Amino acid sequence: MSVKLRVAVVTFPGSNCDHDCYRAFRLLDGVEPEFRWHREAELDGVDAVVLPGGFSYGDYLRAGSIARFSPIMESVVRFAREGGPVLGICNGFQILCEAGLLPGALLRNNGLRFRSHDVHIRVENPGTPFTSRYEPHQVLRVPIAHGEGNYHAAPEVLAELEGAGRIVFRYCTPDGTLSEAANPNGSAHHIAGIVNEAGNVLGMMPHPERAVEPVLGSSDGAPLFESLLDHLAAAAPHAGELTT
Amino acid sequence: MSPTKTDQDAATPEAAPRPRPGDPEITPEVVADHGLSPDEYERVLRILGRTPTFTELGIFSAMWSEHCGYKNSKPLLRLLPTEAPWVIQGPGENAGVIDVGDGHALAFKIESHNHPSAVEPYQGAATGVGGILRDIFTMGARPVAVLDSIRFGDLDSGRNRYLFAGVVSGIGDYGNCVGIPNIGGEVFFDRAYDGNPLVNAMALGIMKREELIKGEASGIGNTLMAVGARTGRDGIHGATFASEELSEDADESSRPQVQVGDPFTEKLLLEASLELIRSGHIVGIQDMGAAGLTSSASEMAGRAGSGVVLEMSKVPVREPGMTPYEILLSESQERMLVVALRGREDEVRRILEKWELEAEAVGEVTDDGHFRIEENGRVVANIPALPLTDGCPTYEREGVESDEIRGLREQNLSEVLEPRGDLSAAFLDLMGSPNLASRRWIYEQYDTTVRTSTVVRPGGDAGVIRLPHGKRGVAATTDCNGRYCWLDPREGAKAAVAEAARNLVCVGALPTAITNNLNFGNPLKPHIYFQMREAVLGMAEACSLFETPVTGGNVSLFNETDGKAIYPTPVIGMVGVLDDVERALGHGFRDEGDAIILLGENREEIGASEYLYRNHDLVAGAPPLVDLVAERRLQHGVLAMVQKGILLSAHDCAEGGLAAALAESALADPERPLGLRVELHDRIAPVALFFGETQGRIVVSCAPDDVDEVLGMARNHGVPARVLGAVRAAEQGFRLDAPLGSIRVDTAALSERYFNSIPAIMDTDGDLPDAAGASHE
Repeated sequence: MSVKLRVAVVTFPGSNCDHDCYRAFRLLDGVEPEFRWHREAELDGVDAVVLPGGFSYGDYLRAGSIARFSPIMESVVRFAREGGPVLGICNGFQILCEAGLLPGALLRNNGLRFRSHDVHIRVENPGTPFTSRYEPHQVLRVPIAHGEGNYHAAPEVLAELEGAGRIVFRYCTPDGTLSEAANPNGSAHHIAGIVNEAGNVLGMMPHPERAVEPVLGSSDGAPLFESLLDHLAAAAPHAGELTT
Repeated sequence: MSPTKTDQDAATPEAAPRPRPGDPEITPEVVADHGLSPDEYERVLRILGRTPTFTELGIFSAMWSEHCGYKNSKPLLRLLPTEAPWVIQGPGENAGVIDVGDGHALAFKIESHNHPSAVEPYQGAATGVGGILRDIFTMGARPVAVLDSIRFGDLDSGRNRYLFAGVVSGIGDYGNCVGIPNIGGEVFFDRAYDGNPLVNAMALGIMKREELIKGEASGIGNTLMAVGARTGRDGIHGATFASEELSEDADESSRPQVQVGDPFTEKLLLEASLELIRSGHIVGIQDMGAAGLTSSASEMAGRAGSGVVLEMSKVPVREPGMTPYEILLSESQERMLVVALRGREDEVRRILEKWELEAEAVGEVTDDGHFRIEENGRVVANIPALPLTDGCPTYEREGVESDEIRGLREQNLSEVLEPRGDLSAAFLDLMGSPNLASRRWIYEQYDTTVRTSTVVRPGGDAGVIRLPHGKRGVAATTDCNGRYCWLDPREGAKAAVAEAARNLVCVGALPTAITNNLNFGNPLKPHIYFQMREAVLGMAEACSLFETPVTGGNVSLFNETDGKAIYPTPVIGMVGVLDDVERALGHGFRDEGDAIILLGENREEIGASEYLYRNHDLVAGAPPLVDLVAERRLQHGVLAMVQKGILLSAHDCAEGGLAAALAESALADPERPLGLRVELHDRIAPVALFFGETQGRIVVSCAPDDVDEVLGMARNHGVPARVLGAVRAAEQGFRLDAPLGSIRVDTAALSERYFNSIPAIMDTDGDLPDAAGASHE
């Protein structure tokens, strides 16, 4: 008999990467992902929360701006403030910013067009619950697919992010160099992903869940999910679901 | 709604609707405005036994338009092979369905949105994607991939750049939002598509075999429910509009006939529909697509051999005061008609409410075989369903080839075989042609990796996705060269099928079935009808030999602007099956030293080529000949090599010829372009050898150690094969040598031409699409 970790994948109306995130966890041992509908009020004792990509509410007003008012978001905010790990990918990152769990905002890509292709990102901080299996400055190849991924924040916020090591991933060339050409959307300081002050909330625009198997072109995203499981397993014993 | 049964015979006075106050009187002009010929109107009178009401006239007009009734194409479509043991659903349903193994079924179909896109490119293309996705999920299948086959006039015109940018952005935004990966397609530019772009969208969906559901209104007393978006005044008579020629002033005045898409609602509708189908509460479901409620309800009744009655006051509308005529013919998007088991209406509503959508009971299934419309209990239309859906008159016409086109085909091209100046310069120029340059600018606007199933992404010969669980996969491609079809429609259609099959075997998939999109001009013109008939015959011949039956598709006629027709463009959407996606192959060379092998033979053919269009501004000569038996051997040979795992890449020779195919393989990875050294021994004119578009050729690469085995397997399959040379580092350049000429270019210069040509054209001025759709992600 062993205790399986429980990870909630939240589905908003218009989420379209929920199944992909679910699948990324399904490929790992010792974890049980579960879908949670956005109208549910309680998280019900899960160990981690994923806000997947997509177009919640069509992104009609502004990406992520309506989803943050979904009933489940109150619980997600509480969970995050209590130190629970929350991962927001793409639209999930946008929702985290709208909900105030992460600073800054994601503007229209500087080319004003949707961009979908593989990018290279550099691991800037392997000391987070999401990146412990990566080496410092390791370069990953992962897909992006977004129209609003241009990270923007006030200079003092950027300075704080830089100073506190809260920039987790930056866009770079295949050999790890930072350059404008390798920045697909114009993000400030080449930012591809950041964590909150406590380090338990990660928002990122690239899709690690699309890079977990060689047959899909890359498995560089898999260690991110494995890192999270390491972190959860190492945390205090929890009231998880019992399985045989 | 009044559930009372009417008499079996619509012609009896008590069942006959009376004219609705305020509706126009039926005059010959009104009939003509509805696109019905005098003969067709006679037939309407015979079916009804009386003068139709205005509402009924609108219904006949839509159902008997070319778009819904296929009146000019049905006799030709019967010539196509449609059966094979693996075909589960052939033509006539929302989409074709085939067995792809492991208990999975694949639903797939292609559909055009040419006319709307000519008027409003962003919305026209977006709603084209929306419509084809609904065709897939109404079969019970979850959409897993889309492809787009698009054509425009040359990009030196601002209008064409505007159309191109708008269409790409419309296709992208819609599919991206719903979360369906785009895995391929094609784009082609030629002045023949000036003013009349072609926008064909194809979609694929996967289900378990037993999840198949059909668009049938069965079970007397079951409830018809309108589901999804409300009905508005947009797109009224879109089907009739799509069946007319465009005129210069069509742009502005036709805008109300173009629908507006909402991909967010589509996503909700997709999830709700699949949940509904799995729930067992419904027996039939159909998209309200072309001709809206009219076609969905009457076709569902027609297929089931039942009748339906609809109460107009129950249909959820966007604005008050809509007439039955408007409600019935609206083409508002993201709507479905479902047939719920009687008594399960509340369960249906609950599922829709979960997805924040509406479902309203609007009618029921009857046993009288009539399509009956009521407004507050008063009958406003009462038409026998079967004659309405299946009684559309069909026409077989006389086809005569145009003398002008025959003359061009027979033109002597010996002069153009003399190169104009330097071959290397001509080659660099050719690789910058929008017809050959990298399509990255397009597909980087499409999400290609969502759903984590894309194994081969756009940019190669065909897209590949894996099926849920296990190792199996499905590949898809769209192909057609309109120039070939214009100069010789029969050979051109054969070439389209042959190229599609080559593309599939290049990624390692066995060609399995076809959906087609027949884009032509005005069929009332004898030379256009000739093109249609010849193209269908060529397609039928190739499909029979390749064992790739046609399971459905779409016909788009009247693609003319101010009397000038597009090239005949019978687009082939072909699907294939892979046993093991880990063996799927790309088109790119891998490493320095790998051997480059040509399968197939070079011939001195230059007719209908991109080289002629680009260098001589000429569309002439005979298109390359298609040897279907040799193609079949080639397909089997390549598949055997892929199964054996001895190939590192495979790439079809198509537009731009052998030189372009080699360049595309060398430049497949933009981050790591490669060079090559190739020696050819054919003593044929270099222009034809390098740029001629001879069919039946595939360039493969393999490790040096595997060369003998590749050549041996080719021999066993009766496929001519020879080593052309080897892959080199980028710094060693791109070198082709032949007895009568050579090409030597710098890899970086070639790469620059190939990757930057389309961005250089599209990103330098302000031809951005309407802000209407560009405002969101």
